[in-house]
Amino acid sequence: MQQIIFFFIRNKNSLLFLLLFTISVFLTINSHTFHSNKVATSANFFSGGIYSVKQDIKDYFNLRTQNTILSEENKRLRRLLSNMQNSQLLQLPDSSDIIWKYNYVGARVVNNSYSKSKNHLTIDAGRNDGIAIDMGVISSKGVVGIVNSISANYATVQSVLNTNSQINAKLKNTNHFGTLVWRTGSPFEATLIDIPRQVKFNVGDTIVTDGKSTIFPEGILIGSIKDYKLATNEDYYELQILLFNDMTNLRHVYVVGNKDAREIKELENALEDAQ
Amino acid sequence: MLNNEYLVNTIRFIVLLLVQVILLNNINLFGYINPYLYILFIIVFPFTGNKSLLIFLAFLMGLMVDIFGDSGGVHAAASTFIAYIRPAFLKVSFGVSYEYNMVKISKAAMGERITYIALMVFTHHLLLFSLEIFNFRHILLILKSTLFSGIFSVVLILCAVLLFSRKN
Repeated sequence: MQQIIFFFIRNKNSLLFLLLFTISVFLTINSHTFHSNKVATSANFFSGGIYSVKQDIKDYFNLRTQNTILSEENKRLRRLLSNMQNSQLLQLPDSSDIIWKYNYVGARVVNNSYSKSKNHLTIDAGRNDGIAIDMGVISSKGVVGIVNSISANYATVQSVLNTNSQINAKLKNTNHFGTLVWRTGSPFEATLIDIPRQVKFNVGDTIVTDGKSTIFPEGILIGSIKDYKLATNEDYYELQILLFNDMTNLRHVYVVGNKDAREIKELENALEDAQ
Repeated sequence: MLNNEYLVNTIRFIVLLLVQVILLNNINLFGYINPYLYILFIIVFPFTGNKSLLIFLAFLMGLMVDIFGDSGGVHAAASTFIAYIRPAFLKVSFGVSYEYNMVKISKAAMGERITYIALMVFTHHLLLFSLEIFNFRHILLILKSTLFSGIFSVVLILCAVLLFSRKN
């Protein structure tokens, strides 16, 4: 017994090191798999609070650009609205009768990274604002990422610029769909894979989200084709996409919740279970 | 005297953490180079101090940086590792009897000082980027990040040591 105690006392540094190192490696591996990244994130009141204060100060230096971006968006939405008024909207007697499929929550980005291989954002909206894990996050110019952990007042978002990130996307013109991934490097570009070989497209064509997943509504902007090449097995194209969003300069974002998400997921799970 | 040391280290811990997460994590020189100044805490921790305490504090510091940066446990792992291996690096840089000679980083010769800092920084960065990128197909990216971030960190840490060493 005494020998065991002596052994522990003699090697206490090594044992402590092994314990803490194992914990860290466990946390690391945990963070490399998307859905379980919930152990140590910046979505807590401590780091979220500090980031909020930092952002409050930084916001003053950026007001002019952000105002321009918001007014650009207003302009675009007004144009859409004026086109709509003539056709659909006027036929509805009361706008509250419309059943909205998607729910939008505004949020502010309080922390953003784009230089690592697995980038995340922290936003200042959380469970209390109706945010849930797996909701999509967009800005006025396009897709930003997917919510992957939440606390009462903050949430972290797995950015498009994350090697774990996979987003359903399609060519706007032809409706052929593929998967948008990011292979490290430039924060202004991503890669669209799995586009079949027979598809016709041109450099400069627009890429938008595909409505098939429950995360993003259909037709949210992503980027334009910059370059293309055939994948190694020569059956699929790999498109280099220039993102519309400036991921290095994000302030105001919207979190999109699909009201039918749970129903669709339950249906799909039931099907999988049956098989 | 002893209380003073506790106080200095506590303040150093908090200040370095805040400087790291609020300021230095956002530098992104040439797109991806960030210095990691927070390991200065582990580097200048009293050489004769409690080793278990240092390993624990290094883990805590790394974990805090991880929480702020949403990076899982990569900083915690790298920091814990250099805190554990520090006595060996001290022996290599300052000679076997550094503990009896009461070596202090502010008074050591320049060459020894740089050797020690560079050993600590590059070991930390190599482990950090290997765990962060976690893919041996990107080994070049790992080495490139280690080298550039490492040089940046070494320069910054050296400046900090020179700036804050007491002249007495």
